[in-house]
Amino acid sequence: MKKFLKRNAAHIALALAFGVFVLVSWLVPLPAGKEAASRFADFFLEFATFVPLLFVLVGLFDVWFPRSVIERHLGPGSGAKGIFWVTLLAMLQAGPLYGAFPMAGVLWKKGASPRNIFIYLGAFATLKIPMLTFESGFLGLKFTLLRTLFTVPLFIVVGFLMEFLVGKRGFKVTPPGEGGTTDNTDG
Amino acid sequence: MWVLAAVTAAALLISTIANRKKTWEGIKKGLRMLLSLAFPFLSVLIVVSLALMFLTPETIARLLGGAGEGWAVAAAAAVGSVTLIPGFVAFPLCALLLQMGAAYSVVAVFLTTLMMVGVVTLPLEAKYFGWKTALLRNALSLAAAVVVGLGIGLVWNLV
Repeated sequence: MKKFLKRNAAHIALALAFGVFVLVSWLVPLPAGKEAASRFADFFLEFATFVPLLFVLVGLFDVWFPRSVIERHLGPGSGAKGIFWVTLLAMLQAGPLYGAFPMAGVLWKKGASPRNIFIYLGAFATLKIPMLTFESGFLGLKFTLLRTLFTVPLFIVVGFLMEFLVGKRGFKVTPPGEGGTTDNTDG
Repeated sequence: MWVLAAVTAAALLISTIANRKKTWEGIKKGLRMLLSLAFPFLSVLIVVSLALMFLTPETIARLLGGAGEGWAVAAAAAVGSVTLIPGFVAFPLCALLLQMGAAYSVVAVFLTTLMMVGVVTLPLEAKYFGWKTALLRNALSLAAAVVVGLGIGLVWNLV
């Protein structure tokens, strides 16, 4: 517990400072500060309802998909099929990009190739199905289709480039706080 | 949101039927990951709430509607990279920008950088990948976003 607090000291300090700021802007009063507070409340509510769900899904994925399966389908040498599967996996998810990092950590732990991990991030950022439906509702089908058409090859290129630039030696993804866990092999 | 809730509920149900012990283990794993990230996430939310004090929709609209498409694309890339706006705010905002006469290329760059590039979340990303990799991924994604925008601008009137 002490270690946990110590590791998060900077974040806790920021949270306290924000609390003081909100309190002050309530007393002064400072409309912009109040607005920031209500915006934070909105974000927090969204966050508190759906990020836990996201993590439960990641946890379930972690226990159910054995390393051998991930390695075979998304590992080095999985080729175009690997790109297809990892893109599909990302499309079925939801949430902001930072919600994808834990899953990237799990994928890495289970033997996905660096290229596929970066393609996963790209697809997660730009191609989630829940987001696409929302996007086409607001910006039209033409815009959404064109954007998708241009984005897919580009995030694949980014994946290849990232693998070429950093994926060779010593590449790793470390999920914070996940230190002790072992990979779940079959069974 | 409801889709996610439904998917999670279905996954939990199937998983529980298949193996209750494993399901519990998965839930614990997920929540442990969440706990280790709760404070960094909170910081991101605070920083974004504060940043949006200065970057109101009106300011963004003004920046992105600026003189000349070139400048507007650059501004869109910068604003999109720095801010982190949830989808339910970003899409209506983009629709508004289009209504106000912003170019499709500009809106595409703004959206794509919002989605792929995250300056506020860089410290978080670096925790997983290390700084070098995180910076590189963001830089390449920024370049990709500009290409997407320019591409859309080029073909918009052709299709």
